Amino acid sequence: MKLAMLVGVAAAVLAVPLNAKSLPVEKATLTAPPMVPPPITRNYPAKVQIHLETQEKVGRMADGVEYVFWSFGGSVPGSFIRVREGDEVEFTLSNHPSSKMPHNIDLHAVTGPGGGAVSSFTSPGHSSTFSFQVINPGLYVYHCATAPVGMHVANGMYGLILVEPKDGLPKVDREYYVVQGDFYTKGAYGEAGVQPFDMEKAIKEQPDYVVFNGAVGSLTGDKALTAKVGETVRLYVGNGGPNLVSSFHVIGEIFDNVYVEGGDLVNHNVQTTLVPAGGSAIVDFKLDVPGNFILVDHSIFRAFNKGALGILKVEGKEDKGIYSGKQKDSVYLPEGSAVQSVGDAAPFVTAQNKAEKIRFGQRIYEANCQACHQAKGEGIKGAFPPVAKSDYLNADHDRAIRVILNGLSGAVKVNGETYNSVMPAMQLNDMDIANVLTYLLNNFGNKGGEVTAEQVANQRH
Amino acid sequence: MFITTLWLSLAGQMQPIDAGEYRPLYLKADTPYVQVQSFQLDAAPVTNQAYFEFVQAQTKWQKQNVPSIFAEHNYLQHWLLQNGQYQPSQHQLNTPVTNVSWFAAQAYCQAQGKVLPTVDQWEYVALASEHQANGSIEGDFHQKILAWYSKPTPTQLPEIMQNPANYWGVYDMHGLVWEWTLDFNSALVNGESRNDASLDAKLFCGAGAASSADPKDYAAFMRFGFRSSLQAHFTSSNLGFRCAAATNYSKD
Ligand code: HEC
Ligand SMILES: [Cu+2]
Repeated sequence: MKLAMLVGVAAAVLAVPLNAKSLPVEKATLTAPPMVPPPITRNYPAKVQIHLETQEKVGRMADGVEYVFWSFGGSVPGSFIRVREGDEVEFTLSNHPSSKMPHNIDLHAVTGPGGGAVSSFTSPGHSSTFSFQVINPGLYVYHCATAPVGMHVANGMYGLILVEPKDGLPKVDREYYVVQGDFYTKGAYGEAGVQPFDMEKAIKEQPDYVVFNGAVGSLTGDKALTAKVGETVRLYVGNGGPNLVSSFHVIGEIFDNVYVEGGDLVNHNVQTTLVPAGGSAIVDFKLDVPGNFILVDHSIFRAFNKGALGILKVEGKEDKGIYSGKQKDSVYLPEGSAVQSVGDAAPFVTAQNKAEKIRFGQRIYEANCQACHQAKGEGIKGAFPPVAKSDYLNADHDRAIRVILNGLSGAVKVNGETYNSVMPAMQLNDMDIANVLTYLLNNFGNKGGEVTAEQVANQRH
Repeated sequence: MFITTLWLSLAGQMQPIDAGEYRPLYLKADTPYVQVQSFQLDAAPVTNQAYFEFVQAQTKWQKQNVPSIFAEHNYLQHWLLQNGQYQPSQHQLNTPVTNVSWFAAQAYCQAQGKVLPTVDQWEYVALASEHQANGSIEGDFHQKILAWYSKPTPTQLPEIMQNPANYWGVYDMHGLVWEWTLDFNSALVNGESRNDASLDAKLFCGAGAASSADPKDYAAFMRFGFRSSLQAHFTSSNLGFRCAAATNYSKD
């Protein structure tokens, strides 16, 4: 049986046309996410040499949270590989000597048993080389397929390989590389320290983190993707899984073209595209207006509570004809997804004193506000203003009440930074609002104070 | 030059292991248990100090003398060349020896009238928790083992016997280093007894879990995976060994 399979693999590898020798040889340019190697300009096949190293090392999962990532090339997702239809690939996989695990690679772009998995099985401190021809154009996932596969994938061992069609893809101004993954940690979301992999949660498919490019915040703040008004942007989107299917969406954009599942079929004017675990999609869109466009998995709790959130920051002139930032009803809201009722979970008890209000308020904050304003109230630069040390909050308590009751949109200045975004109205009762504001005022470096339910009632109209 | 403490002499000691049975992971849930005869197993992995004493006695196993077919060039790479001889540093003495090939490990055991444990012997002893021969019935048994598997190798390995012994009085079956076994690659050389479940299916696709005795025994999957990636001349910075012997073996 074993022998038979090995022979099968050998046959597939030998099936590569032996004219390979006459092909020009080149080394592949590999890039770490979110960057993509430049388009291939040659119009003939080549023998492309690819060298990837598997590594096991501690990295950042979220602020204060670390995780031992296993990776291809030191990043999650692994290095982006770009080849051309008809190329012959000579692939060398090296496993770093400090690794504890053997690793291999299963390239979905390879036709043959195991996608190269058997020939690339590599012990720590060793290298394996194998060859294959890329016959089918498309955007493919590669991943480690060493037992237990789920754990190798859950630890970050996946990436994308683009096989460009012979005639190339239509030219665009910018290309980026975004891969979603779900992570299973011993501690709950945000729990500090080095978090070990939790097998039970992985089997139950209950991730603590669902993120783009291997960490919370890998595409926000000063790591946000950037582009200019008038440009066309193409995203190579993958989903490493191991478990969840992604409903990939960019808040405020419509995809002009979607190469469905990374294949030949092109769909137009798509709002949300499904990216299967172990699958991909290529999307592109022209940017007509400036602003922050938010990349999410539209299974939206994953975006606001588990990290699946990125930002594409677009600079340039506003075009009021296409988008008027001032009209609230023209704005795409994340469907009040962050509006959660605390209802059944918390018994209805009234806080008897300020300390209790703060305690109850914390629950309200964690359930309703933290998704946007973040665990320490620090917000997300460019998208959600801080409620920590917030001059806006401290200056006027009644105004803060109205923000929660009615929501807020349009430009506001918080601690010197201008935010021009949308906060949906929150469906909370007077007591809850009083508690959450009292909690905020007495935490996160704010100036103290207390808000009462009567005060809130007075602001309702 | 070397401090021989009581504690260190304990390290070379063997523990008797009672006969019993266990169910290897690659068998289907309805296949019978594997019988393990009684034997003895080193209480701890072989240390750098013990291995150094061995290569002094059998100089053909010194780093500069070993042919590459018996040990690749990383053999004993963590030892330093001092006075014309490769040797462990002072703080490596009580840490497990690593960067040794299967041939070297087997030669060491043979020099003492012992052998490497078989996979079955090793797995049988590794199944024990601190208090029970079958630790897998304890809830967090596998999770604890996995926690080590998913940590990167430290630059300086810890010393042996820093954690409690298991049910058999054996130390460090988990949490310190991988260990060579006598038949580490038997799964590759002979496909017998495996019936319809091929090793490839175990190692390269999720399907493996469906036919394994305990699908949650990821830790065992990883050991089988690791072993099958090896060749007998390979060495690795987190792969050591210990020796086994028949019940009637006694140190002269
Ligand atoms: C869906 C994301 C979201 C949620 C959930 C949310 N906010 Fe906001 N919040 C925002 C945004 C965006 C702004 C700024 C709006 C703008 O730019 O006009 C804001 C502004 C504010 C401000 C005023 C500016 C500042 O930072 O001081 C306060 C106070 C505030 N939110 C409190 C809360 C509280 C309390 C909750 C929970 C009950 C909450 N928010 C829930 C997104 C959110
Ligand atoms: Cu792997």
